[in-house]
Amino acid sequence: MRHLLSASDLDVRDAVRILDTAGQMAATQAREIKKLPTLRGRTVVNLFFEDSTRTRISFETAAKRLSADVINFSAKGSSVSKGESLKDTALTLQAMGADAVVIRHQASGAPHTLAHAGWTSGAVVNAGDGTHQHPTQALLDAYTLRRHLVGDGGRADVSGQDLAGLRVAIVGDVLHSRVARSNVQLLHTLGAHVTLVSPPTLVPVGVEAWPARVSYHLDEVIADDKPDAVMMLRVQRERMSSAGGGFFPSPLEYTRGYGLDARRLAALPEHAIVLHPGPMNRGLEISADAADSPRAVIVEQVANGVAVRMAVLYLLLAGESPAPTTKVDA
Amino acid sequence: MNPRYLLTSVAPLGADPVDVLLADGVLAAIGADARAQAGDDATEVDGTGLVLLPGLVDLHTHLREPGREDAETIRTGTRAAALGGFTAVHAMANTSPTQDTAGVVEQVWRLGREAGWVDVHPVGAVTVGLAGEQLAELGAMAQSEAAVRVFSDDGKCVHDPVLMRRALEYVKAFDGVVAQHAQEPRLTENAQMNEGVVSAELGLTGWPSVAEEAIIARDVLLAEHVGSRLHVCHLSTAGSVEIVRWAKSRGIDVTAEVTPHHLVLTDDLARGYDPVFKVNPPLRTDADVEAVRAGLADGTIDIVATDHAPHTREDKDCEWAAAAFGMTGLETALSVVQQTMVDTGRLTWADVARVLSEAPARIGRVTDHGRPIAVGEPANLVLWDPAARTTVDPAQQATKAVNSPFRGRELPGRVVATFLRGRATVLDGEPCDAAVVR
Amino acid sequence: MSTGMPASSGSLEHANVVLGAPEIGRALTRIAHEILERNKGGDDVVLLGIPTRGLPLARRLAQRLADVEPGLDPAALAGSLDVTMYRDDLAHQPTRTIGATDIPGGGLDGRVVVLVDDVLYSGRTIRAALDAISDLGRPRAVQLAALVDRGHRELPIRADYVGKNLPTSTTERVRVLLEETDGRDAVVIDGGTR
Repeated sequence: MRHLLSASDLDVRDAVRILDTAGQMAATQAREIKKLPTLRGRTVVNLFFEDSTRTRISFETAAKRLSADVINFSAKGSSVSKGESLKDTALTLQAMGADAVVIRHQASGAPHTLAHAGWTSGAVVNAGDGTHQHPTQALLDAYTLRRHLVGDGGRADVSGQDLAGLRVAIVGDVLHSRVARSNVQLLHTLGAHVTLVSPPTLVPVGVEAWPARVSYHLDEVIADDKPDAVMMLRVQRERMSSAGGGFFPSPLEYTRGYGLDARRLAALPEHAIVLHPGPMNRGLEISADAADSPRAVIVEQVANGVAVRMAVLYLLLAGESPAPTTKVDA
Repeated sequence: MNPRYLLTSVAPLGADPVDVLLADGVLAAIGADARAQAGDDATEVDGTGLVLLPGLVDLHTHLREPGREDAETIRTGTRAAALGGFTAVHAMANTSPTQDTAGVVEQVWRLGREAGWVDVHPVGAVTVGLAGEQLAELGAMAQSEAAVRVFSDDGKCVHDPVLMRRALEYVKAFDGVVAQHAQEPRLTENAQMNEGVVSAELGLTGWPSVAEEAIIARDVLLAEHVGSRLHVCHLSTAGSVEIVRWAKSRGIDVTAEVTPHHLVLTDDLARGYDPVFKVNPPLRTDADVEAVRAGLADGTIDIVATDHAPHTREDKDCEWAAAAFGMTGLETALSVVQQTMVDTGRLTWADVARVLSEAPARIGRVTDHGRPIAVGEPANLVLWDPAARTTVDPAQQATKAVNSPFRGRELPGRVVATFLRGRATVLDGEPCDAAVVR
Repeated sequence: MSTGMPASSGSLEHANVVLGAPEIGRALTRIAHEILERNKGGDDVVLLGIPTRGLPLARRLAQRLADVEPGLDPAALAGSLDVTMYRDDLAHQPTRTIGATDIPGGGLDGRVVVLVDDVLYSGRTIRAALDAISDLGRPRAVQLAALVDRGHRELPIRADYVGKNLPTSTTERVRVLLEETDGRDAVVIDGGTR
């Protein structure tokens, strides 16, 4: 693994290996001394063109727990807003000797461009690009699903196991969701059955090529599919307005059709868990009852995020480094 | 005094080889007479195995001057055109300042004449500043020295139906044509690529086919209603071909163009997020490529036009969403047409002359180009070697820009010579800088 | 050599078997007795095997300790200590899979940790293990048991308990095969010039 740009980069072996490694990382995080010397001397740059304090902190924690040096480069709002600047920023980071660049960008494909344009020799980790991919989110979701739903609900050792046969419903704004795209690919790779539940306006044209079923009715999916897990996606209120695309008539109507509330929570199978990538819009896609219920693993997802990102950084950076690059084709 | 050229054993429109003499700016003799009349001072060009076509006419070129001389100038763009076998190009109006007044179009026309590589026919903007709000002074541009006949807001769509109706009506007074860039703006806000399987996967905002087709459908009906002629720029979808076919069957005076890139490239290429494949209208699917080829073959689509859109490196060397739309095409157009249409048996060389020279000249009301290969006609010609193979290297092209989507591809054919009114602008595949630049 | 070798143990055509199953068994029994003798019993002892093959060795030693001192619980005696994340050679090798670290209940504080590994060579693995231990607790003492000591130390590290000293050249490769991981017990040497 040279970069992690998309969940589709991972075959089942890679994915299980990341989850297993994350399991070992998580074990170290239960200790009193959480810091490991593993990536001493390596430099990880968090290059964030878009605000995301949560994701940045998660990556930063992961890198620091592995003793890497972390440089945070927030490029939002500065002169860095378009075009050439991604290239210039990349060249700067290259000159500073970044071994890995964790990039969050509002443009779909920016991490791909960074990895393949020859601007940097470091490993590139996609921390969310536009409406394209967010592979570490999908990995932490898969990790969380495996912990709870595989191997007797977490009591048995799950290392080496995939998610074969699990039924997962992903509910909400699929059209604009990089989390949904990454999860559909990764969960499918791991053998789970994914159902996307969304109003028709928030399903992308071309979804028929995805390895997932699409439904417009959450209640039907809960009743008929009996999903093992429900993953709620964040819905932005602005999408309602005409300027935001006018994707649904009102927040209330959205909540009625697609929100997870106490009634729907009660209709889920007893063992089913509730995930949300955060930050939540309480009262819109998820009610307080559902968000705070014992079946919600939302807070745990955050902790698992650190372990998964530690695993990804370890697997990208701990091995033989590629031949030192003295010349960057710019 | 123009030099005289004796082209030996050339195949006019792919027919049997003959000798052709160019003298005094015209085709002076064809066949046995040619050598006899050549005299001693004629330069002999061995045309064995070469196809002689009328000089190509591009109805859709972006020369970027005035305003974006860093991307292309009239001089570099027209030199590229000559090397691609063109003898006339229509320079699109989206310059800065916009070609929306007689003054600006005359400036472009004059700069084209001074450059001397091809005849430059400026396209006039339909609306002031391409803003889509108020008609530009179409009459003044038509009556200017540039004698504008083609009007287009290309890059933007004349989306207001009333404004479009008025434009279609107004240009009738001087036999003009409105060339519509068919793109419904609300359906394509922030659109980045064809809407479909690939856009869904890549998370790039989709550009639905219907955004093009809806405008074309509206416009052909408007053209029918007001009895005007309409030209559809760079149509790209199977649905668009269907609509134009239907319109023609009803007798509506509509013509349509397709670009070389839409004849061969598809939206799959976006997967690498290389902005060299970002273009407006976007690359579509295999089914669309097949439909536009079929439409070109059966005459539904009248012409191939390049939509040559040079951009600076800065505008392409970045993430997809930040990159500019467009690709270069003047120097690869005929190769792509040969590969997709001639080598596949769907067009003859005579058809190529029609779609790349005669029909675009007729639509643009350019009278001295796109003429038959006959004695007495203006010697605007291109000599083409269909057996050659070239690997495209943008750095070696004459255009200032390097945004060729065919970079690294091997394409068939090569321009051996281009003649503008009997004067060689390209000879032995090389530009005749000394002869052209004055 | 004996029959019934599983294919997974690799080609042993040209390998030189230096220890067989009986010798390995005897060596472990001897080490178990030495551990008990040296530490005056097994009450405070924790056996930490270094994956992969140190782990079954630690478990076997624990069983032997319990055989001698019936009060000991072999399961509570042995654990595993993965040192991958403490290695100093990560950048020079293909990415290693991280093994499990499993410390028996009661932790390490105040106890005697016996590190168990199959082959003692440069000493770098043990250096990494010492670092790993110091992040996990503060044992009273750390001792080292190795089934084979092949020499060529690069660090000032010495084993307290050795199954067999095996002088080798650096071009040779020493492999320990164990029933639990490889289907049979043997120590083999291959490669090198002989």
